[in-house]
This record gives sequence, structure tokens and C-alpha cells, in this order.
Amino acid sequence: MNIEWYVVLSSLLFAVGAMGILLRRSPIVILLCLELMLNAGNLALVAFSQMVGNQQGQVFAIVVMVVAACEVVVGLGLIVAIFRRKLPLDVDSLRELKG
Amino acid sequence: MEAVLFFAAALGALGGAVGVVALRNPFYGVLALIVHLFSLAVLFLLLTAAFVAAAQVVVYAGAVMVLYVFVVAYVGGDTEPTFDPIPGQRFLAPLLGAALFIELSIAVLGSSLLALDTDGSNVKVGFGDPAGIGRLLLERFLLPFEASSILLLLAAVGAVVLAARRDEPGAGTPVPTSTGTPGESRPGEVGTGVPAGDPS
Repeated sequence: MNIEWYVVLSSLLFAVGAMGILLRRSPIVILLCLELMLNAGNLALVAFSQMVGNQQGQVFAIVVMVVAACEVVVGLGLIVAIFRRKLPLDVDSLRELKG
Repeated sequence: MEAVLFFAAALGALGGAVGVVALRNPFYGVLALIVHLFSLAVLFLLLTAAFVAAAQVVVYAGAVMVLYVFVVAYVGGDTEPTFDPIPGQRFLAPLLGAALFIELSIAVLGSSLLALDTDGSNVKVGFGDPAGIGRLLLERFLLPFEASSILLLLAAVGAVVLAARRDEPGAGTPVPTSTGTPGESRPGEVGTGVPAGDPS
């Protein structure tokens, strides 16, 4: 299978994830779309690793997975804290930090 | 055979991604993301990355998605409001997504990587197996490995501090002090700094 297919699929998935972040308002769904973008980056890393014939890209993909897990843990903790304070789970309502 | 598997998995990954963006109920979005992650694991197997595929299924589709399901069940999957706070957001967002895809495609085509048009290098048997990845991770990339373990510890401590249950409902002041503690202290001292900061 041509490597180019994997790279095109990866960029398509990245664009879909970015579109979801721009479109959706629930913080949980925005976190899910962030996962989509990180996974698209992982696919490109593994595809390039296979293209070069070097395993280092796969190690990089595993580190990206660790970073994604950390981001999910902190993000979901924030969502639970927002929910406990009875604030609306809507990124357009939570705009006190807007300049 | 490889092409059939690739297109089936690509369709699954793309369908899962579109489902995450389009489905209104967050619970269905999480389920669509699980489909997406399994399809990506198939793609990783096609790219001879066996260990990454196994980690994808076990860590991502197993552990992280369970966390999502728990939080969605706790928060409650209410649907979003339908009005547009930003006028034209519903039309501008897909437009910007399409522009991003076109831009990425131009960047990939313009990179003039000659190997993009090939089937990749002929890798040896055992490329991407746990033994090779583990050797790389513990010898050459030992420092990033340890740094990511510290990062995981920090994230776990931060999640405990953020989501800790407060006993008195009216107390809003203890929260900023306890959440401010990990950010102000040194990364190495967080494990000792948070229990010391809690009783005060």
C-alpha cells in the first residue's frame, strides 16, 4: 500500500478533528475532537516511520499517546470540577477569561 | 488483500471521526471514537507497528475510553443548544476544516519526499515488535521515557486535586489555593507539595 494514502488519510482525520473543535460547544466533545487530532498525528508518525524503515517514529507515537492520556485526565478533571460547581458545561458560557 | 484491509479500516476511521463531530449525544460520540481507535489499530498493524497497535487497543480503547464513559455518565449527556453564538459558525467551521485539509495536502505534495510514492521500505521481520520498541525506549530514549513517567504522575496528582470532593458546599475559597499549588511548586516537589498544601 502506498505511503501517500496513509498521509492523506491522516491529514483528512486532522482536518475533521479541527472542524469538530471549531463546531462543537460541549467541552467533552471538544476533548474527543482533540483525541482525533492527536491520533491523526500518530498515524502520520507511524507511516513515516515505516517509510524510513526506522522504529524511532513508533517510539514518538507512544510518547504522543502518553501526552494524550495526561491531557484527557486533566481535562476530564476540569470538567468534573466545572460540573460540581453547577456551572454550565458550555464553552460559550464559560467566557470570563475573554479579554 | 492489503488494499481491502486498508480501505475498510480507513472507512471505519473516517466514519468514526465524522460520528464524533456530528453526533449530538456525547455518549454516542465516545462510542464513535472507540470505532475510530480500533480502525486506527488495524492501520497500525498494516504499517508493521504491532506494539503501537496493541498499546492503542489496550490503553486508548480500553482505559482512556472507560474514563470518558464514566465522566459522560456522571455529567449526563445533555444535548447542546442549537443557536449560534457566533453568527455563521455552522458554515465557517466546515469551510475552515476543508481549507486546513487542502493546506495540509499542498504541504505534503510540496515536501517532495520521493519515498511518499513507494510502498515504504522493506522492513525486517520483527520491525515494531515489543522487543525492539522496548530496547529503543530503555536505551536510546531513556530520558524521554522518564520524563513521560513524571508527566503521568503530575497529571494523576492534578486530576486528584481538581476533582477532589469538597465537604462544605459553600466554600469556594479553598479551591483556588489547592489548584494553585501544583502550578507554583517545582515539578519534582509536587508529590510532597500537595499533601502539605491540603491541610493548611
